[in-house]
Amino acid sequence: MSRMIEIVRRDLRLALRQGSDSVMVVTFFVLTVVLFPFGIGPEANILERTSAGVLWVTALLASMLSLDRLFQADYEDGSLELLALTPTALEVLVLGKVAAHWLTTGLPLMVAAPVLAVLLHMNADGFGTLLLTMLLGTPTLSLIGAMGAALVLGARRGGVLLSLLVLPLYVPVLIFGVGAIDAAVQGLPSQAHLLILGGMLLASLALTPWAAAAALRQALE
Amino acid sequence: MTDDIPTATFSAENLACVRGERVVFAQMDFRLSSGEAVLLLGPNGSGKSSLLRLLAGLLKPASGHLLWDGTPVLDDREAHAARIHYVGHHDAIKPVLSVLENLRFWARLHDPKSGDATAQAALETMGLWRLAEVPGKLLSAGQKRRLNLARLLAAPAPVWLLDEPTVALDRASVKVLEGVMAEHRAAGGMVVLSTHADVDLPGAREMHLDDYTPAPMDVSEVWI
Amino acid sequence: MHRFANPARFLRLAAVILPWTAIATVLLLGAGLYLGLIASPADYQQGETVRIMYVHVPSAWLGMACYSTMAFASAVALIWKHPLADLVGKSAAPIGAGFTFVCLVTGSLWGRPMWGTWWAWDARLTSMLILLFLYLGYMALINAFDDPTRGARAAAILALAGAVNIPIIKFSVDWWNTLHQPASVTKFGMPSVDPAMLVPLLLMGLGFTTFFVTVLLLRVRSEIIAAKIRAIRLTQIHASSSQVAG
Repeated sequence: MSRMIEIVRRDLRLALRQGSDSVMVVTFFVLTVVLFPFGIGPEANILERTSAGVLWVTALLASMLSLDRLFQADYEDGSLELLALTPTALEVLVLGKVAAHWLTTGLPLMVAAPVLAVLLHMNADGFGTLLLTMLLGTPTLSLIGAMGAALVLGARRGGVLLSLLVLPLYVPVLIFGVGAIDAAVQGLPSQAHLLILGGMLLASLALTPWAAAAALRQALE
Repeated sequence: MTDDIPTATFSAENLACVRGERVVFAQMDFRLSSGEAVLLLGPNGSGKSSLLRLLAGLLKPASGHLLWDGTPVLDDREAHAARIHYVGHHDAIKPVLSVLENLRFWARLHDPKSGDATAQAALETMGLWRLAEVPGKLLSAGQKRRLNLARLLAAPAPVWLLDEPTVALDRASVKVLEGVMAEHRAAGGMVVLSTHADVDLPGAREMHLDDYTPAPMDVSEVWI
Repeated sequence: MHRFANPARFLRLAAVILPWTAIATVLLLGAGLYLGLIASPADYQQGETVRIMYVHVPSAWLGMACYSTMAFASAVALIWKHPLADLVGKSAAPIGAGFTFVCLVTGSLWGRPMWGTWWAWDARLTSMLILLFLYLGYMALINAFDDPTRGARAAAILALAGAVNIPIIKFSVDWWNTLHQPASVTKFGMPSVDPAMLVPLLLMGLGFTTFFVTVLLLRVRSEIIAAKIRAIRLTQIHASSSQVAG
């Protein structure tokens, strides 16, 4: 546990000192959302109807942006093999790295989302649920994405390949994230959706570090 | 003094290593006891780095098992990780962290209770203490290598697996490393070292890895 | 000891099985197509277009079955590191992707006369579409590395991750579909099962299965040969370089 905290601290310190992807990710999020009114027209009711979907799809794409670099730097400078040789489960260290990654990407997205929801005329009833779905969903996206990042380490064109691998796996999170917000906006109960999102988060917490660690060990062989 | 030092044996029989689809070495027996050292020699491609990575646990052998005092190493990977230090080709130094921060991170990962005093002593031995606050990006290649080697001293581990550690080191630093290795062995530690340069390892067994390279496959034997 | 010491047994077995599965494929598909396209009754509601079902439904079955085979082979590859398991997974993927693609195309063709569009976001078709992407991702990953072993192992992990996700994806897509589709245009009209329709369906399913086995054996065999050629080349390279070194 203390080792996991060590790695979270180191990754956060690195993000702070060498400039992290936070700004780029949030900028992409904002820019892409802003593109939609140009694409589908600025009528308030169309934007409102599609706001949950647009926000979630864009957040999903934005959170994928910095994923391929999650393990890349450590892989290239030899830190990854030393991490694999630490006297603790590699899965724990992976969780630490993902936690740090989420703090620098998922959390800023979560903060930016309500602002963009205003731009898309989202119904006020949806805001709280929006935040909740992002709180439950973005860590799941980071976890699944980390597994993808570990799989494409050392591959040719890893960035694009990562998207192909990870986007199909994101679909359930997307469906229930948007479903919860739409339900809330229509005045229907959204607990079921949120519970399912929570369940997916727990399942990802349990399973993806294991898969990611296996993939990392493959990369180091 | 010998009664205080616990003796342990690191061994393997019939080891084979396959990288990609090539058999790098096969039918290798390996044995190392406390205080001993092995010098790995052989041409490029003979498997020196592969053997070191295999001993560290980064690579799985295609045949044979690694044993520590008779118990298979794979039964408890974390215990094995705790007892080795691996120094590879890369120096694992973050450019934006200072020398001390880099060392402290690795020391604490290996042993969470490791204190600043050990880190300081390690840096002093390696001649880096006065550079403690310097960020990694300003270090020369030799200084980076010395920082990497300082890990050996910042947290204790009985087995040192060193892959060409003297690259980029000047004569004085090589002497320091030799002294450090001698002290380590005197205290019961083991050293496995691969090198192309001259490193003084008194009493080390030499292992020529091309002795274990399998003979080239006779093409006529292959049928399709 | 060498990793490829074993395939001789597989190659002998494959040589024995292949003629039988090939013949079985031709017979089963021939019978199935004849019964399905010509001899069985048309549906009173959908008319002749229901006959697309005889290709569409078995394709869906095989698309799923191939992925299960891949996932099982991946598990074997990761646990026992048997090189044949890697090859089975790698060989099965394009076949499964092909079946899934056929399922999607026939699904589109079947839907066109019924509701006038080339595509409907029906729950099953959408799940099949996502399955196709899972296949494509697997195939891309296997070929993305210079070292074939590395590609195979990474793809094995991905196949297992996909296998775990497939039920979740299916559940999510089903739920999403009930939410968004108006009730009138939801499921593909699977006609009530007339025994005359069941027999050709099963024959097609079996025929597709023997087809899968035949092509799988052929592909694994060619992968083994390719690996042997690579091994020979590697030996020649190292033999010549050690001659140079003296």
